[in-house]
Amino acid sequence: MFEAIWQYEFLRNAFIAGLLIGFAAPLLGVFIVVRRLSLIADALSHVTLAGIAASLLLGKNFPYFTNWNPLYIGMGFSVLGSLFIEKLRAVYKHYQELAIPIILSGGIGLSVIFISLADGFNTDLFSYLFGSVSAVSRQDAWTIFAIACLVTAMILLLYKELFLLSFDEEYAVISGIRAKLIHFIFIVLVALVIAASMRIVGVLLISSLMTLPVAASIRIAKGFKQAIVYSVLFGEISVVVGLLLSYQLDLAPGGTIVMLAVFILLATLMWNKWKRG
Amino acid sequence: MKTEYVLKMEHVSFRYEKENVLEDINLAVPKGAFLGLVGPNGSGKSTLLKCVLGLLKPQQGHISLFGTPIESFKEWHRIGFVSQKANSFNSGFPATVYEVVASGLTAKRGMFRFFTKNDKQAVSEAIEAVGMSAFAKRNIGELSGGQQQRVFIARAIVSKPELLILDEPTVGVDVHHVQSFYNMLEELNEHLGITLILVTHDIGTITEKVTHVACLNKHLYFHGKAEEFEKLGEDALSKFYGHSLHVLSHQH
Repeated sequence: MFEAIWQYEFLRNAFIAGLLIGFAAPLLGVFIVVRRLSLIADALSHVTLAGIAASLLLGKNFPYFTNWNPLYIGMGFSVLGSLFIEKLRAVYKHYQELAIPIILSGGIGLSVIFISLADGFNTDLFSYLFGSVSAVSRQDAWTIFAIACLVTAMILLLYKELFLLSFDEEYAVISGIRAKLIHFIFIVLVALVIAASMRIVGVLLISSLMTLPVAASIRIAKGFKQAIVYSVLFGEISVVVGLLLSYQLDLAPGGTIVMLAVFILLATLMWNKWKRG
Repeated sequence: MKTEYVLKMEHVSFRYEKENVLEDINLAVPKGAFLGLVGPNGSGKSTLLKCVLGLLKPQQGHISLFGTPIESFKEWHRIGFVSQKANSFNSGFPATVYEVVASGLTAKRGMFRFFTKNDKQAVSEAIEAVGMSAFAKRNIGELSGGQQQRVFIARAIVSKPELLILDEPTVGVDVHHVQSFYNMLEELNEHLGITLILVTHDIGTITEKVTHVACLNKHLYFHGKAEEFEKLGEDALSKFYGHSLHVLSHQH
């Protein structure tokens, strides 16, 4: 297997992209989970799907778009979706969770229309839904690398603000933190990582890579920094082992990665129970 | 010597829609005071605090903080705040006592800046000042209500504020720990020289701790030194408030 990674460029790309996603998704995921925004990742991933379907449809009908990377239009949709969610959360102040089903169903609705216009499913679309080890191009890997760098830099620079906003939003506002701006930056980062992750785990499973490792880590972590470290560790194990299994057993990587994350979660729950006696 | 006032309110009135909540409030808090702001539920205590914190703008009157009109006041790090709701946070949140206290420095340090060595020192000192050093590495959710409230006070004092405002801080604190909690506040006031404003509906427990008392029920019924307040006697008090407070002051 490891020889194959050196031998085939597509496998190398998949592993590099996987390692980057396995780092960035749980890193953002910690903040998403503690702020109780877990479902936002789901809503955004479905909007991203609409973007990809739109891109595939454009590519089919207009030769100009044929060579466009669907990642870019997916990313554009995802960021737009995140802005809509924020808008809706402001409109429905007392029903903030309403923004999620609105955006999620809107995303699926659009996707279905684009997909049927493009005459239904093809293998390309399937790889976006569930991930693929062979679909990551060198260009994809570079794009994902750039996004991972941006996410890491922003989290480092805004760590204390994000922590305070997550822990106690009211206090953050009273002490003069620019809550709206920081939340906006954060949600755009989430949108970018979701779009970047779809090649590997697929649109439908990306939210699990943001939440499952975190769900496991907060059961055993002492403190916030430790929660981040464990989350990233669990995310990386899921991605690396999941990709290996996917290659060996010829399964879609989205499935193997997520099942590993579920397995790790169950293991930490049992470990916790056993430790407490 | 001229007395320095940390907070001054002159003829302040506030109303929500048509309902008057505060009427013609005149309040002056000298530097180093420990003011007990008392009043029954719905007497406008929280509204008054929100006006002082700049979250609400009174329709009439004038507020100044540290001698600066509130409209142009920018040095919010000089004021610490412990809210009533502090103990209703998500108790499953994975954060240590240390991390929570350090978050009190966020605004002072500023965006895109990291904590310095001095900050870390300040965090340890704040945790020690509230007597929680032994718990610094514990998750906040594992602590009792009273311990959590001490942590939130540490978070409020870590940026070394000159004025600390506490809104009903003993709600949810075990009755047996309330006294030691007030002792700790007294210590912050006497040893660290922090001016305190303590908002409470329970007057009996605090009269011996505070230096000044203000009684609020839309109007300010009494405002002065604690000794003068005690001289008034309970009859005068129950006239201001009705019976609920009368009963409370007997319990202690």
